[in-house]
Amino acid sequence: MLVPLSWLKDYVDIDVTPKELEEKLFSCGFEVEELIEVGKEISKVVVGLVEECEPIPDTHLHVCKVNAGEHGTFQVCCGADNVCAGGKFPLALVGATVFMTAKDHKTVEGTMTIKKGKLRGYESEGMLCSGVELGVTEGMFKGAGYNGLLVLPQDAEIGADVKPILGLDDYIFDISITANRRDCQSIVGIAREVAAVLNKEFKMPALDYTETEEKKEGFTVEVKAPDLCPRYIGHYVYDVKIEESPAWMQRRLALIGQTPISNIVDITNYVMLEMGQPMHAFDCEYLEGNKIVVRRAEKEEKIITLDSQEYTLGENNLVICDGVKPVALAGVMGGENSEIRDTTKAVLFESAKFARDNIRKTSRALGKRTDASAKYEKGVDEYSTVHAMKRALHLIQELNCGKISSTHVDVNTGNSIEPKEMKVSIKRVNDVLGIEVPVEEILRIMTNLQFAPTVDGDELTIQVPAYREDMESYPDVAEEVIRMYGYDHVIPTFIPDARVTMGGLNKRQKNELKLKKALCSAGAYECIHYSFFSPSDLDLLRLPEDAPERTAIRIMNPINEDLSLMRTTLVASMLNAVARNQKKGNLEGRLFEMASTFIPKALPLTEYPDERTTLCVAVFGEGEDFYSLKGIADVVADNLYVKFHYVASKKSFLHPYQTADILCGKEVVGYLGKVSYEVVEELDLRTDAYVMEVDLKKVAELEHSKATFVPLPKFPVESRDLALVMSKDITCGQVEEVIAKSCAYVKNIKLFDVYEGGQIPQDKRSMAFSLEFVPGEEAFEADAVDRFVNKILKNLKFHLDIDLRS
Amino acid sequence: MNERLANIKQEILEGIKEKATSRAAAFELRKQFLDSKAGKIGQLMKEMKNIAPEERANFGKSVNELKEWAQNQFQELDERMKKRELEARYESEKIDVTMPSKRGKTGNLHPITQMRNQLIDVFAGMGFEIYEGTEIENDYYNFTALNTPKDHPARDMQDTFYLSPEFLLRTQTSAGQIHVMEKDKPPIKILSPGRVFRSDDDATHSPMFHQMEGLVVDKKITLCDLKGMLDMFVQKIYGENTTTRLRPSYFPFTEPSVEVDVSCFECGGKGCKLCKGTGWIEILGAGIVNKKVLENCGINSDEYSGLAFGIGIERTAMLKYGINNIKLLFESDIRVLNQIDDN
Repeated sequence: MLVPLSWLKDYVDIDVTPKELEEKLFSCGFEVEELIEVGKEISKVVVGLVEECEPIPDTHLHVCKVNAGEHGTFQVCCGADNVCAGGKFPLALVGATVFMTAKDHKTVEGTMTIKKGKLRGYESEGMLCSGVELGVTEGMFKGAGYNGLLVLPQDAEIGADVKPILGLDDYIFDISITANRRDCQSIVGIAREVAAVLNKEFKMPALDYTETEEKKEGFTVEVKAPDLCPRYIGHYVYDVKIEESPAWMQRRLALIGQTPISNIVDITNYVMLEMGQPMHAFDCEYLEGNKIVVRRAEKEEKIITLDSQEYTLGENNLVICDGVKPVALAGVMGGENSEIRDTTKAVLFESAKFARDNIRKTSRALGKRTDASAKYEKGVDEYSTVHAMKRALHLIQELNCGKISSTHVDVNTGNSIEPKEMKVSIKRVNDVLGIEVPVEEILRIMTNLQFAPTVDGDELTIQVPAYREDMESYPDVAEEVIRMYGYDHVIPTFIPDARVTMGGLNKRQKNELKLKKALCSAGAYECIHYSFFSPSDLDLLRLPEDAPERTAIRIMNPINEDLSLMRTTLVASMLNAVARNQKKGNLEGRLFEMASTFIPKALPLTEYPDERTTLCVAVFGEGEDFYSLKGIADVVADNLYVKFHYVASKKSFLHPYQTADILCGKEVVGYLGKVSYEVVEELDLRTDAYVMEVDLKKVAELEHSKATFVPLPKFPVESRDLALVMSKDITCGQVEEVIAKSCAYVKNIKLFDVYEGGQIPQDKRSMAFSLEFVPGEEAFEADAVDRFVNKILKNLKFHLDIDLRS
Repeated sequence: MNERLANIKQEILEGIKEKATSRAAAFELRKQFLDSKAGKIGQLMKEMKNIAPEERANFGKSVNELKEWAQNQFQELDERMKKRELEARYESEKIDVTMPSKRGKTGNLHPITQMRNQLIDVFAGMGFEIYEGTEIENDYYNFTALNTPKDHPARDMQDTFYLSPEFLLRTQTSAGQIHVMEKDKPPIKILSPGRVFRSDDDATHSPMFHQMEGLVVDKKITLCDLKGMLDMFVQKIYGENTTTRLRPSYFPFTEPSVEVDVSCFECGGKGCKLCKGTGWIEILGAGIVNKKVLENCGINSDEYSGLAFGIGIERTAMLKYGINNIKLLFESDIRVLNQIDDN
């Protein structure tokens, strides 16, 4: 929120520098996002009296003798059409800085420093300035908008700095207001805080006014939706003279970036900035039926707002109507049909409280944000609703722009705007803080904050002003006390009274970290990708229409379509990461991500979905193949204390002959494989890539080997190597399975050679296994292992037609 | 006879000197003399029967001495040869030790995981358990129970991704607080790290980021305890001379609420580019748990109080490692990921 220092000074005496005030505000909870120095760009510009002014022949220029008092008298060439002898104008001395304008003399193009120069052979020492060149608008100073020299008042002291005269010596605080302090969305609200933090008196703006006997006979206000409009105040003002508002008011509006319009409209804007309460003025001539009705809009009801936009409304929108038609979109903008014109003779002022949520919804639904709707969205209190009306009427009287009738209608739901008494224990306040704030300090702080405190033993009684809707209980009092007393009084302690608790990761969390570290040791970098992905990712994976991965949870309000679905698989994000790396020239690498996939139980969501911790690994580049990724899969299995088995399988995005399901026991817990050439082409990958995904949640549910010690064999272990010849379509896994089932003593089966070629038939291949036979409680008998081998060979022949290589 | 023995001895010495160029040659040479059948010394033994009986003892003794001597000679020769051959082998295997190593590459944990682990280490030591909630939450746990009912202005502070009218992507790990407080009774000390989501996507905001929420509920927990705990945390993470500064702020679920600044660890508080000349860097939000939140969870606020803090993990990591762009953390560029190894 923008707060000019000069405005603030109306309500509180400020005897600290703007920088000091910024720090004070910061310490009590109001962060100044920017301290704007008005006229920061302008320097060495003084009041100059043009004593002589002669035209330069054949040009539009004049050569002037300008008296700048103590600075001297200078010859200055000037092209403005309003330069004249006897006039007082801003003179930028040599070395001065002012805004530089484009050829149109209106558009600012940075700043410039004034140098001595020569124009048409005439020396020129300085420059006479326009409003634009000084950054002064018409609103800030009357006449500054003229496309020529800015005319200074005749009583301006020659040679004096122009900045105070033009209001360029001001500061504007851009303050961020926390959501609980909606009462501070106004100059007055900030002034109250400034007064409290500076230990000064807060001066409320004048609210007094005198009503005439005049009445608007029979006028009524009917609020049909008190839930959306708990208070509506209307006041009839007549004999209105529409004029410009006074310079001081225009200047203040202009400083905050509002364009002054006319006295009545400016008063509504001024009061909104000053008191934080949006106001509206209706031209009574266009109000039909001598009444105001506040109601929900009818279906398909239309309104044209002040900015000539037409909106179609519904019952969620609140409208202000006269006896016949809507005349304003409540809390957002007035209707065009009843706007203030130059001819306006009588107005109805409105000050109302509307439900913030309703205004927010209307504003969002219609895409229409105004200063008023922004205030209502944050919340307006009824204290301000009442006082703003008084302030507006006071200003009508002060500006003498209308007569105040005695028709004042206040429709409300009975909410009090009187202070509410609250009693708290001082001990409990101090217990929150952990320090003891002296009682006199508490009293001083509460007094400064307008809480009118009294104390009786441990009991503090305060009168909470109606605008402090945030004050509910002792913690709120504690916060008020400490933010004014100073957080530097809080001394560090370490829960001296708390009981000891055991901390740290639980078993699952430890295992996950262990697995991550093991993957790092295997050369993989951990990635973190967004939990959402794109529908196009599902297409990238070429998933069929009925694939379970397509049943994904949609975000109702995604940032864009690419971030609109909750991930049902991590592999798409991973493939995209591989592609990004390759585009950046990282042509080999290993990546993994451990994150949740989201499996809905029903759509749309009516209960928590299943969040499944999942692992995704990708390897790519030279030297990587199916088996290197499978090696990582085995590392994963070891770290999860399980054994994986692999069965050839198919996936829509993987190589049809280099893909396997990962099984743990009988359960499929994941897959691995080579990324298909179609996907490689679509992602523009420059190398092969291999990916794996494992459902860690499922693995965790299965039985795990325990960390128990198995005694070492007491008797010698015997080894045998078998070279086997078999049909080419028999897999290593099949052979291993038959061997394992044939003999309980075989503990390790290791493939150590694969051969195809001249020494065996063309349609066959040879696999050589090394087997380890581990004895149990007794040593093997002399020919026991040979018997085992014979049985194995017999079974291999029977089941798979495998022969021993001769 | 003695002459013959002397000749053999001489022959051996010459043989060793001239013929024994390798271990194999030395072995051959040894065989010429010491082979039990064909060896020259062995032959002498066979001649024993031709020797006069009275000289036999002397002869035998001399031959045995010769044999023993020869055995020693060849033993020494063999050792010399073995040593020489090893030396030659070593020399032939000379390598350039400055050539690159063959070690397998090692990956890294993500900088966020590393930061998270460090934070967990600090707080686990203080007795915090780790609770990971779900990323998808319902409105009640994310907002209502945290004293942010439907019409609350604080809801505007956060742009929420909704999945259904009831379910949303959690906007804060504070949502986990409620689950824990409903389940467990004080004393409670939990740390709740995880992904959170807000509908913000620009140069400095990512729609997904990580928070770590801390919650302590017990008897007599005060603002001073909050300050003490956070001081300890920043000293462990940013260095022993770091301090914190509290200043008023607002969160619906804490009252009082504070923003916590840490003294700039780059310049020590003198003012630099990192702290924008202020000497302080904003790192987290915290406060005393709002009594309504305790009450929402069935905890008696007359008996118990609590403190809570929420750390942005990205921000903490970016500050600590000097990472200048949050987006880099989610792009998985190996050139970025291989730089941070701080665990």
